[in-house]
Amino acid sequence: MSELIHLHYDVDGEDFVSCGHASEDVRRTLKSIGISGEVIRKVSIAMYEGEINMVIHADGGVADVSICEDGIVVTLSDTGKGIADIDQAMQEGFSTATDEIRELGFGAGMGLPNMKKYSDSMDIKSEVGKGTVVTLKFNL
Amino acid sequence: MTINEVKQRLDADAVVLSDKPIEGVYAGDFLSRVMSKAPSGCVWLTVMNNVNVAGVAVLAEINAVVLCEGVVPDALLCDKCRAEGISLLTTPLDVFSACVRLGS
Repeated sequence: MSELIHLHYDVDGEDFVSCGHASEDVRRTLKSIGISGEVIRKVSIAMYEGEINMVIHADGGVADVSICEDGIVVTLSDTGKGIADIDQAMQEGFSTATDEIRELGFGAGMGLPNMKKYSDSMDIKSEVGKGTVVTLKFNL
Repeated sequence: MTINEVKQRLDADAVVLSDKPIEGVYAGDFLSRVMSKAPSGCVWLTVMNNVNVAGVAVLAEINAVVLCEGVVPDALLCDKCRAEGISLLTTPLDVFSACVRLGS
């Protein structure tokens, strides 16, 4: 599929206040080009979860969004500590977040499950000590 | 339900009032659970008061936030709700009591 729009964001790992800005910008862009509300909600929520994960677990990373005629691809890449057991991490309620993170309302163990729930396909590649790449696809 | 009806039923103070209609109620504090379960257009009852609450409300298309148990909103939360047109109320009621009043 040929790409119509490409968006790139650096996600700051130190900043819990501005986290979510990339997802909000993507949401605005999708709205401005007339994408349906249902798809916008799915992309926004799944990408926000990815952004939060990068801030909490990986000291930030980068997000790339490709908008094509028949779909949207969101790629979230970090060079953090990686995920040792992806099956375990995919279970609802499993979390390695600290109490400090939980006090902010994060760390419910719903991040990856929500990303899977709201995307049409999801791929995770992760290596302990090297980082994680999550690719989310949404059909249009 | 209108936001003014919500305000009256909860004896709430309004920090930000928007005229978006209220369609449903959700209560919870873990942000991912809220994003996963809250119906769009709803009023969200919570005790979380940081700016990420507004971020989640925007992305999950939540029209109003009520801070329960007398929790005071963070200044950044007020600013972001104002900028995004999300109603922000505070009530001394606990979350359970607030749900009962909205459900009755």
